[in-house]
Amino acid sequence: MSRLTEANVKIAHEIIARYPRPKSALIPLLHLAQEQDGWVSDEAMAHLAELVGVTPAEVRGTCTFYEMFKLHPVGTYMVNVCTNIACQLLGGEELLHHAEKTLGIRPGGTTSDGMFTLEDVECIAACTEAPCMQVNYRYGVRLSTDDFDEIIDDLRAGRTPDKLITANPGDQIPSHGTLGLTRQHLDPDKAAGIVPPEQVTENPVWLTTTKGDS
Amino acid sequence: MTATEPQADEVTDGVPVTIDGVEIMAKKGELLIAAAERHGVYIPRFCYHPRMKPVGMCRMCLVEVDTGRGPGLQPSCMLPVSDGMVVQTESDVAKKAQDGVLEFLLINHPLDCPVCDKGGECPLQDQTVAYGPGESRFVEEKRHFEKPIPISDIVYLDRERCILCDRCTRFAGDVAGDPLIHFQARGNETEVNTFPDEPFSSYFSGNTVQICPVGALTAKPYRFKARPWDLTEIASTATMDSVGSRITVQSSRNEVLRYLGVDSDPVNWGWLSDKERFSFEAWNADARLTGPLVRGDKLGNPTDSGDQLVGASWALALGKAGDALRDVDPEKVIVLGGSRMTTESQYAWAKLAKAVIGTDNVDAQLGDGPAAEVLLSLPRATIDQACAPGGTVLVVGADPKETHGALFLRLRHAAMHDGATILELNPRSSGLSQYAAQSLHALPGELGDVVGALAAGGAAGGCDADAIAAMAEALGAADAVTVVLGSGSLGEDPTVMAQAALRLAEQYPNATFLPALHRANVMGAIDAGLAPGMLPGRRRLAGSTAPDTWGSLPASAGLDAEAMLRKADAGDVEVAILLGCDPLADFPDAALAERAFNKVNHLISVDTHLNLTSTGADIVFPAAASATEVDGTFTNMEGRLSPIARKVTPPGTARPDWMIAAELAAQLADDLGFIDLDELWADFAAASPLHADLSMADIAEGGTEGVLLAGSSISRPPAPNVEMADSSDMRLIVTRKMYDAGTLLTNSPSLVELAAGASASINPAQFASLGFTDGDDVTVRSEVGSITLPVVADAGVPAGAVAIEFNQPNASAASLLDSARTVTTVSLERVS
Repeated sequence: MSRLTEANVKIAHEIIARYPRPKSALIPLLHLAQEQDGWVSDEAMAHLAELVGVTPAEVRGTCTFYEMFKLHPVGTYMVNVCTNIACQLLGGEELLHHAEKTLGIRPGGTTSDGMFTLEDVECIAACTEAPCMQVNYRYGVRLSTDDFDEIIDDLRAGRTPDKLITANPGDQIPSHGTLGLTRQHLDPDKAAGIVPPEQVTENPVWLTTTKGDS
Repeated sequence: MTATEPQADEVTDGVPVTIDGVEIMAKKGELLIAAAERHGVYIPRFCYHPRMKPVGMCRMCLVEVDTGRGPGLQPSCMLPVSDGMVVQTESDVAKKAQDGVLEFLLINHPLDCPVCDKGGECPLQDQTVAYGPGESRFVEEKRHFEKPIPISDIVYLDRERCILCDRCTRFAGDVAGDPLIHFQARGNETEVNTFPDEPFSSYFSGNTVQICPVGALTAKPYRFKARPWDLTEIASTATMDSVGSRITVQSSRNEVLRYLGVDSDPVNWGWLSDKERFSFEAWNADARLTGPLVRGDKLGNPTDSGDQLVGASWALALGKAGDALRDVDPEKVIVLGGSRMTTESQYAWAKLAKAVIGTDNVDAQLGDGPAAEVLLSLPRATIDQACAPGGTVLVVGADPKETHGALFLRLRHAAMHDGATILELNPRSSGLSQYAAQSLHALPGELGDVVGALAAGGAAGGCDADAIAAMAEALGAADAVTVVLGSGSLGEDPTVMAQAALRLAEQYPNATFLPALHRANVMGAIDAGLAPGMLPGRRRLAGSTAPDTWGSLPASAGLDAEAMLRKADAGDVEVAILLGCDPLADFPDAALAERAFNKVNHLISVDTHLNLTSTGADIVFPAAASATEVDGTFTNMEGRLSPIARKVTPPGTARPDWMIAAELAAQLADDLGFIDLDELWADFAAASPLHADLSMADIAEGGTEGVLLAGSSISRPPAPNVEMADSSDMRLIVTRKMYDAGTLLTNSPSLVELAAGASASINPAQFASLGFTDGDDVTVRSEVGSITLPVVADAGVPAGAVAIEFNQPNASAASLLDSARTVTTVSLERVS
C-alpha cells in the first residue's frame, strides 16, 4: 500500500512528541500505519523509519516481532478463534472447524470477498468465558456455532453483532487495524515532563534507596 | 599460577575471584569471561566479543558462580566480577549446561560442514567437539531457508546456519552505525535480514563475516576458495590508507585469498574497512604488470619512438632508463608518488633521487595535502589520544569514514560510548557529522579565517559568529585538543589547510595533531625523505649535511608536485619518474597534468598495474605489491612502524621498489650501498636519526602494537597567506569517497562496482532558487573544463558552494580544478 497520509503524518508527529526518543514511538506508529491500510506495508515501514530516524531494517525488526502487525493484506475482519486449553475443553476446536467450514478458509486464509481472515490463536485471556474468539480484537464469549454464524451474518449485513462485546452497546466494529474508535489527543502542555533517560538525576518517588544505611 | 606470584598483566588493586580453585586478581568492573581468559581459563562463547557490549544471547558461557548465596549458573559474559566470587567453569553442572546449550543451538543448524566455508575454523564446530554432545537426538525436520542470499554486493547470508548470536547486528548498529541488518520475526522464526531492497551496504560489512561464529555470513571474494587447513598466514599491515590497520594475510598455493583484521589495541581494534579487507584482489588481478615495458612497434619489437608499450627484458628497460637519466641536469628530473611503497623502498628512492641523481624534486603527495614541513612541525598525536574517553577532537578537513575507515570506527566509538566530543571544521558534512557536537562548514578558501575567528571572534568563512563562539568555547574548555588533520577539499590549494593547521597550533599550544592524509604510507614517505626539502628522519634539507652514506645532497630545495608539473608544462623537465601514482587521474588539476606529461621527454613509471598516466610512459617497471609480495615497514599516521610481510611471490619478474632503485643507481655507475633489506635498513638507520636505534626485528617484535616513533618536531614555519580572488561564483568543494575509480579499486572485482558515481551537491535553498529538480543533470563549468553529472540538494553543503566527489567513474572533478587558483569557482547549467 502506501506511506502515511498527510493527516496521519500529523498524528505521527503528535505521537512522537510524547516520547523522549523518537524511536520509542515506533509501536504506536506501526498501529497507526496498520489503521490506515489494514496492514503494514514496506513503504509504510520505510516512512516510519524516516519519521523516527532509524533504518527501515530496524522498523521491520520491531514490526515482525509482533504477530498483531500484519505484513500482508488481511480481511476487513480478523477472526481469532482460541484453541488454547480452556477453550479446547469447552469446544474451541469445534468452533474453529465450524468457522473453517462456514467461511470456507483455513486458519491464516482470507475469504475471497476480502471480508474475513481466520486465525487460530493461543490464549486470549478470557478462559472463564470459554470458548471465545475475537473479531478485530472485540470479544465474543461462550460461543456456540450458531452464535458464530450470527456474528458472521451480522458483519456481512453491516450490523454490529449482538454477540460481540463493544465498549458501548451498538458501537460499530471498525475494519482491521483500528484499535479504538476515538483517538486521544494529548495537549503537549499537559504532557508529563519528558526527560530523556540519560538526563534523569533523581530516583522516581516510588523507589526508596537504602543509601547510607550501611 | 598463584596469587602470590605477580604476573605481567596482574592488577593489585583489583577484585579477588576464585576460578576453578585458583584465586586471581580481576580488574574492577571486568566481565567474568574476560577476567578468566586473561588468566588462562577459556570459557566457551559465541556471542561475546571483547570489542562489543555483551548481550548474553547464546548462553554458551554459562558457568557455576557462587557469590555467597550458593552456586548457580550464570552467563559469564554478562557478569562483572565481584569480591570473593567463586567460579566453577568445568563442574558437572556447568558442563551439562554447556552441553545442553550446544544441543539446543544445533537443533536447527544444518550439518553441511563439509561444504561450508567456515568448516575447519568454525567456533560452533570446534566447541561442539570440545564441549558438546557426541551425537544428536534430534530427529525432526530442521528449519529451512533459501540457501545463501546476498545481503550486499559483498556479503552472503545463509540463515540456516545462523545461531542468532547478534554479533553481526551488534557490529552493524553499535560499531559501524549502519544498522541495516536486524533480527526479524520471533522465536523459531527469527532470522537476521535486511529490509527488502535495502542491502547491507556498509563500508565495514566485511567485519561481520570475520566475527560470525558460524558459516552464516560469507564474503564473495573468499567463498569456496580454500579450506582453512590449506591456508598459511603471516602478520602484516593493511596498506590502503594511513591508519596502518594490522592484518593477517592468508594465502594458499601462492595466491592471497583473504585478509583478516587483527586486534591491535592502539590502532584498529580488529576492524577493517571493506576497502582494506578486499582490495587484495587487485594484487591477483590479470592486469598486474609481470615484466618491464618499453616503447615499441605493433610487432612487439622495442623501438625508440614506438606508439605502444611492448614487453622488454629488465636489462633493456633498465638500460633505457639509465640512458635517460645519465648526464641529465638533476633539476630537470622529477619524481612523483611513492606513498604506496614500504618505508624501506621510500628511503631507497629518496636516496636515489637526492644522493645519486641529485634532484630534490620529489613528492609523495600529489598536491592534495599540507606540505611535509608543515606536518612535521606539528606535535603528533596518537589514535588513542584522539579517541581518549571524555576527550575533545577537532576534525579539520577530514572525512575518516570515507578515507580512513578504521579511524572512523575508533572516533565513532569514542563519541558514542566514551563521552568524547567531536567538533568538526569540514568543507561539507562528513560521515562524522551525525556524531559531532558541532559542525562548521567554512567556505572554500576561508578555513584559516574561521580558525582565526575562533580566537578573535566574529563571523568568518560563511559561519556565523555565535556558531564560531560556541566552538571556541568548547575548544577552550577542553584540557587537551587533538586535531585530526585531513587533506581538506581538493578544490582548494593545499596552503589553505596548511594555514589553518599552523594557526590552530599557534592558537592552541597544547593541541596535538593526527594527520589523516590521503594515500597509504604517506607519513612513511615523509619520514624517509621522499618529500621536497626533507631528508630521512624528519630533517630539513636546508642546513643539513649529507648523511655519511649519501655522498652528496641536492644543491637546493626542490619543488612540490604542483610546481613540478608547472615546470614540466614550461618544457623544463627531461625525465619524470612515477612511483605507483596516476597523476592524470589523481592530481587535482587534470589539464595541467596532461600538458605537463605531454612535454616530458622521458616518462618512467614504476607500478603494479598500468594506469591512465603510465599507459603513456616510455618505460614501465613492474613492481612487487608492497602489501603481500615484499618485506618491509609501514609508517602509519601516528608514526607507528609495523611490518609489511611477504606472503606470496610477485607475478612474473616484478621486483620490490627498492631493488629497482638500486638497479637504476647501478645504471648510473653509482651504488645505493645495499643489496638486501638488512643492509638497506642499516643504511637507513645511519641516515635517519629517528630510526637509528631500531631494526626491522624490533618492529616485528613490537607485536600487534608495532613501534611508535617518538616524534621530533621541526621548527614551525610561519602560516602562509591565502590569496582569495573576489568572486561571487559558486566555489567548488571536492572530497574523496571510499570507493572511487582508483587503480587498485578498479582492479578489485568485488569493489569496482561500489563507486557510487559523482554528483553535484548544493545547498537546498540554492537548489530551489536555481530552479533545479531532483534527477536533473547539470553541466558544471570552470575556467579550465566542464563535466556533466546529476545535481542533488544537500543541506550539508554550505550556500555558495558546489560539492563533487573526486575521481568517480561517471565524472572526474579533476578536469574542473585549476591548481593555480586558491579556490576553483564554477557555474552550473541544467542540461535540457
